[in-house]
Amino acid sequence: MNQNITIDAKGIYYRQLNEAIKASLQDKINTIELQNVNGQRYIGAGITNDATISIQGTPGNDLAAYMDGLTLQVYGNAQDGVANTMNKGTIIIHGDAGDALGYAMRGGEVYVKGSVGYRVAIHMKEFQEKVPLVVVGGKAGSFFGEYMAGGILILLGLRGREEQPIVGDYCGTGMHGGIMYIRGSVEEHKLGKEVKPVEMTEEDHQRLALYVGRFAEHFGEDKEEILAQPFTKLIPYNKRPYGNLYVGA
Amino acid sequence: MKVNYLMPEFLIDRDEQRCTHCRICVHQCANEAHLWNDKKKIVYGEDQNCVNCHRCVATCPTRALRIRNYPLEYKNNAHWTPHYIKSIFKQANSGGILLAGMGCDRPYPVYWDHLLINASQVTNPSIDPLREPMELKTFLGRKPEKLSFQNGKLAEALPPQVELDIPIMFAAMSFGAISLNAMTSLAMAAKEMGTCYNTGEGGLHSSLYQYGENTIVQVASGRFGIDPEYLNAGTAIEIKIGQGAKPGIGGHLPGEKVGMDVSQTRMIPEGSDAISPAPHHDIYSIEDLRQLIYSLKEATNYTKPVAVKIAAVHNSAAIASGIARAGADIIVLDGLRGGTGAAPLRTRDSVGIPIELALAAVDQRLRNESIRNEVSLVVAGSIRCSSDVVKAIALGADACYIGTAALIALGCHMCQKCYTGKCNWGIATQNPKLTKRLDPEEGAERAANLLRAWSREIKEMLGGMGINALESLRGNRLMLRGIDLSERDLAILGVKAAGE
Repeated sequence: MNQNITIDAKGIYYRQLNEAIKASLQDKINTIELQNVNGQRYIGAGITNDATISIQGTPGNDLAAYMDGLTLQVYGNAQDGVANTMNKGTIIIHGDAGDALGYAMRGGEVYVKGSVGYRVAIHMKEFQEKVPLVVVGGKAGSFFGEYMAGGILILLGLRGREEQPIVGDYCGTGMHGGIMYIRGSVEEHKLGKEVKPVEMTEEDHQRLALYVGRFAEHFGEDKEEILAQPFTKLIPYNKRPYGNLYVGA
Repeated sequence: MKVNYLMPEFLIDRDEQRCTHCRICVHQCANEAHLWNDKKKIVYGEDQNCVNCHRCVATCPTRALRIRNYPLEYKNNAHWTPHYIKSIFKQANSGGILLAGMGCDRPYPVYWDHLLINASQVTNPSIDPLREPMELKTFLGRKPEKLSFQNGKLAEALPPQVELDIPIMFAAMSFGAISLNAMTSLAMAAKEMGTCYNTGEGGLHSSLYQYGENTIVQVASGRFGIDPEYLNAGTAIEIKIGQGAKPGIGGHLPGEKVGMDVSQTRMIPEGSDAISPAPHHDIYSIEDLRQLIYSLKEATNYTKPVAVKIAAVHNSAAIASGIARAGADIIVLDGLRGGTGAAPLRTRDSVGIPIELALAAVDQRLRNESIRNEVSLVVAGSIRCSSDVVKAIALGADACYIGTAALIALGCHMCQKCYTGKCNWGIATQNPKLTKRLDPEEGAERAANLLRAWSREIKEMLGGMGINALESLRGNRLMLRGIDLSERDLAILGVKAAGE
């Protein structure tokens, strides 16, 4: 049975707002609408639940940190640290997002309609059936996928500031796992020295069709048009980028 | 002819009259320092491979083995000691960063050895702990500025506290750096003695969730094995910013040590490197640290104290003040001598400051700013015995962490080769042939015995000072006197000179 509730977040401090959200979830409410959200931090943080929260406004930092299962719809922009160490769940952001989105994320999916800041998907990992996914519709700042240890990172470049390149510098620096797909081409000088572009396989095309399809569905875009342009696939040279650095004293 | 410049570090001295060539040493040595010649049917030594861990000596049934320093003298030179010559040989061979295990072993001053403890004589009589109760109970966490009561009860609930029966905990050592049997030993001992062990940054093995009340779970930059269940599993959460053995740099568990069990606990694929970058990618300021502290409090509904661990460095006092203001409930200071499974040697031996000085400076700074009550102070990195604990408490610590001492209790012989993964004592290894040498029941008993012994000694010393509760010793620097210290050292330590 669907149980809905609306919470007006106007003027409420994050601690009280998050308490109200947790109390609602305890009452088996499975759809929460938050109105007038304006910078409240930690929404969804550490919550294990399958409910859906829709957020009107701009949630604050560490949205969905350690989150384990919720679906978050953000009708606005998100700030820094979205999906920090997230384990499970889905986040759909109908706007832009800030820095370090997906830091150490282990599972779940994040879709951003617009652009993202620096160090997105930094140290993203994967484990067994958990393969995190981040799809960014716009452009990304520097250090995209830095230290990435697993998961799938897709950058579409459909929108964003015209003068800005699709991705900043040091893309994939220190990467030692996972796959990155960037629509179009990336100049070699932008890549970290631990990553290399490789040929797309049939599996890659199927994977992109699946995830870009979901992205297009979330934001009402044309999947085929997005996929019509070739993608650059980036993977790390090896799982042990720093293997031969040491000698026993 | 290519000559190897590196001579063995140790000489295996086998008493041929006692040796029965039974091959126990061959089976016991994972470093292959003892080998079997099948043609001649004899055991022989490969000095080059010996790390002097004493495993063969301890297990030789006829006491036929002795390990000596290799009798190779370099020409005397006060500046170019053999250490530097050999290090250069190694690096010229390999181009590698020198890697070492355990803590700094250089002869810097040990301030514990320059501090002496007071005792009562005639006035304020001493107390006999054998006949009178002595209180070592310790609560870690934020203490309110004042208490208010309503109807004889606290008007406001106290912030969450870690309750310890003794002021000594086992320091953060991750599953990966040490074996599961070693971790289990410490967890069981912590439970037995009413204290805590610390998961380190390697996640929490499923078999250890049962020790939750005695567990401090760590959150480090690699964020390994962290999910809501993990965060809620322990009695407190510790954010690791740095550690004394390698301040300013990250950690790096090589893929070879990431077998199935470690992989599941860290939640990363088998065989992949577990890289903990130097900084947390979401922390670049005290404000950012506050954000992480409060994200953890939010994720655990404000039920657990959050600790922040930093290495003792030059401006620890100012940093600690920031950490307290960022909302941490406990500050952990890890000194220059703090141990590790692997650290670059030059960092281990040259970066950071001794814990004694950092502790005194931090405690004083927090007092000066009237925020000492807002945090508990835990010190780590060099505590070797009960009197070190007493001195630390008197300098201002609320409790101590012991890592190296705990491992020695489990059988570590301080060969400093933890990073090779070939620990013959079954501690710093994931090789099942070696890990089974450490029986968790026996390990737990030994580790608990150590804590028991130290607790008794602490009570003796407290009683000697005429103090019957550890609380009365905290920050009581009048109970300490310095010996053979400069005016400056005395001022920083906040103690008078012996005789004053």
